[in-house]
Amino acid sequence: MIVADKKPIEEIIAEVKNFTKILLLGCNECVTVCEAGGKKEVGVLASALRMYFLNQGKTVTIDEVTLERQCDHEYLEEIRDRIDMYEAVVSLACGVGVQFMAEKYQATPVLPGVNTCFLGATEKRGLWTERCQACGQCILASTGGICPISRCAKRIMNGPCGGSTKGKCEISKDLDCAWQLIIDRLKALGRLEDYEKIYSIKDWSTDRAGGPRKVEREDVQE
Amino acid sequence: MRIQYTTDIKIVRVPCTGKVDVLHILRAFEKGADGVYVVGCMEGDCHFNKGNFRARKRVEQARGILEAIGIGGDRVRMYNLSSSEAPRFVEYAKEMDQRIRELGPNPIKLPKANKAA
Repeated sequence: MIVADKKPIEEIIAEVKNFTKILLLGCNECVTVCEAGGKKEVGVLASALRMYFLNQGKTVTIDEVTLERQCDHEYLEEIRDRIDMYEAVVSLACGVGVQFMAEKYQATPVLPGVNTCFLGATEKRGLWTERCQACGQCILASTGGICPISRCAKRIMNGPCGGSTKGKCEISKDLDCAWQLIIDRLKALGRLEDYEKIYSIKDWSTDRAGGPRKVEREDVQE
Repeated sequence: MRIQYTTDIKIVRVPCTGKVDVLHILRAFEKGADGVYVVGCMEGDCHFNKGNFRARKRVEQARGILEAIGIGGDRVRMYNLSSSEAPRFVEYAKEMDQRIRELGPNPIKLPKANKAA
């Protein structure tokens, strides 16, 4: 999922302090799971903002809506009939949701309510770690299901490097060396011969190096 | 025991302090409470193992938010006692009452009252 982190409330206040009718728009997908932008977080932020404005002696309307997703037209359409009631929208979705919302409703300023971080997994409640960089050319089949692009600090294809010590990366003693993990995993799978292969230079044109990307599938298009 | 404590404290009963959410605390302030304190069981004695630890974290979260929006983080606090400690309950009630009196009323009440007038 897309992992986001909470934006400091002071930053959000700075974004919205000049508006008087604000919609807080949550998202029921990834940001709900990582407890940054779901219905609950919308409620907490709305309550905090209401109190902030009251304390400032301002009359500000703050409404709360949480959509199923903000990265699909059909769900964003649900607020079309009420969007004109607001001077600004704070979207607590990931950067995708914020942008899609802004593209759809061009007359309303859409402001980000979270900091979008990476594609990751929930290791345990309150701990999310990166697992994928969306490089566009998956190599997990040959690396035992462990990604050296997202989990190796150097993103090297033939590791480990000289900075790997006792299974840890040189940038932090708390960070596993991805290549050590790959070797351990391949050993457990009895596939160490895969490790012997030298991988050629990765084609980065499918990564961000090739500019903004798109996936176009004519087979499913209408 | 029938020990007396201030009548300014309204008790909201919950099955376990683990039920108390940050939103409950914030809503109380939004509705005009001058302070909120959560009284849980002694740490390590939670019937549900982690309820009072969860409550403490949420109290801390609420404190951070109240501080950031200028209401004052000191208006919220967590206490722990065992259910048979009535004198201590009263002691905490007095302490909290005193603390809130020093801090004064919830600042959002004043603009609210002005608007109503």
